[in-house]
Amino acid sequence: MNQKLKQCYLTLVYLFLYLPILALIVYSFNSAKYASTWKGATLNWYLKLFDNEVLMEAMLNSVYVAVTSSVAATAIGTLGALAFYRYRFAGRKILYTMVYSTMMSPDIVMGISLLTMFILLGIKTGFLTLALAHITFCLPFVIVTVYARISGFDPAIIDAAKDLGAGEFKIFRHIILPMTAPAVAAGWLLSFTLSLDDVIVSFFVTGPDFEILPLKIYSMVRLGVKPEVNALCTLLFIFTLLSVMTAHFLVKEKNR
Amino acid sequence: MGERFSFKNGAIALIVAWTLIFIMVPNLLVGIVSFLERDAQDIVKPVFTLESYRALFDPVYLKIFGKSFMYSSVTTLITLALGFPFAFILTRTRESLQKPLLLLVIIPFWTSSLIRTYALIIILKANGIINTLLKAAGLIDRPLELLYTDLAVYTGLVYTLLPFMILPLYSALGKLDHSLIEAAFDLGAKPVEVFFRVVLPLSLPGVMAGSIMVFLPAMGLFYVPDLLGGAKSMLLGNLIKNQFLVAGNWPFGSAASIFLTILMLALVFLYFRTMKQFNTSVMEDI
Repeated sequence: MNQKLKQCYLTLVYLFLYLPILALIVYSFNSAKYASTWKGATLNWYLKLFDNEVLMEAMLNSVYVAVTSSVAATAIGTLGALAFYRYRFAGRKILYTMVYSTMMSPDIVMGISLLTMFILLGIKTGFLTLALAHITFCLPFVIVTVYARISGFDPAIIDAAKDLGAGEFKIFRHIILPMTAPAVAAGWLLSFTLSLDDVIVSFFVTGPDFEILPLKIYSMVRLGVKPEVNALCTLLFIFTLLSVMTAHFLVKEKNR
Repeated sequence: MGERFSFKNGAIALIVAWTLIFIMVPNLLVGIVSFLERDAQDIVKPVFTLESYRALFDPVYLKIFGKSFMYSSVTTLITLALGFPFAFILTRTRESLQKPLLLLVIIPFWTSSLIRTYALIIILKANGIINTLLKAAGLIDRPLELLYTDLAVYTGLVYTLLPFMILPLYSALGKLDHSLIEAAFDLGAKPVEVFFRVVLPLSLPGVMAGSIMVFLPAMGLFYVPDLLGGAKSMLLGNLIKNQFLVAGNWPFGSAASIFLTILMLALVFLYFRTMKQFNTSVMEDI
């Protein structure tokens, strides 16, 4: 096929993917409030954003949830990946399929199922329910990332450690953990990002007195485009950009 | 050995318990609620009924199902049509360029869909970029109504979900042995034949994974029609959301969700069966 045509096609798709985001970033610096014309650069919207106490509180809440759930999901997911890879137990295959399906299942299904459980058990929705829900949807991503890394090892290393008398915890602590460290770090970063960005699951499991950033943005966006929201979304995009790039390099570094 | 509280048992117990408590039990509860009667005070009454499932076949809701199905199918087809050539070209780009180009697809994959939907509004709104440019070019006097239309919802779904189609396709096409394509050409196959009889069948796992990852979320992404389509467009996701949070009809919302879950299980089952045949996986690379 024509080389020029191929390049053209790739360029067009990339433009489609990035033009809106680029517009968002540019407009976050535009001093015109509503019009789409450029009226000169300003940092005004960023300053306004940091003055907005409601948004700042929501951001802090989101960070609490993201830190808690990403750390917990990474710990449980890493041990889970190890269990799925190294140990044989009843229902292992079914469980792995379930974890895998969770990754593909629509968020809304998880959102309402967790809401149903929390309400029927009488658990007050808020920080705790958000954290539990976020751990649950981050878990599969950690497991898959770490599992891929463990299965790339030479199993002889683990066998050698076992022959030399190392117990399961020692093997985990001194062999598996150091060797999977980049994947564990990547899983943590991705979990943090997922948690910070989630709208649909959080929509159902959050409580009335615990506002988080994505839901705050959602309710603001419903009322129309606002320059502070441009600034906020730009910051969130840049955060995602940095963490995904870091995660990407961590995973690819030695994998291939 | 074989102590009860060993590290090994702890690791197994943790993941088993978490999966059971936070995935299995909640889904079972939704299943149970879908067979109960609604109650104004206590959400549900412990009385068995098939009413919610019968209501799913109410013409009003059937129409929403049909519409949501339509949105999802069309979105899947468009992303597939856009993504397949894109992924194919990407796998044949030279190595040094391929990695950064791939990263440029991975970044929107992980970026919040809400932020990306919002960015699209900036482009599409009445005094947005497209209208401003068209006006400046003298092509229109009054702004085109791009937002709050069906087209805007399709654009939003395709825009947010395209990376979810490209990545599995890229992964599958990267494993394709290109000498097979050359062999087919050498043996006299036409380009169309090569595509349908060599390339497509061999990349089937990627096509399936990508389609599942686009089709299912497209039914549930309630904020896309909410923000881009006004109140006119309703997806299955909006219906479920409203039943739980507005109408307070949990059994009916649950039944609709069970429908979506069964659809998902069927698709995932199909996917795993194909995987087995091909003996590969395309999800790890993401």
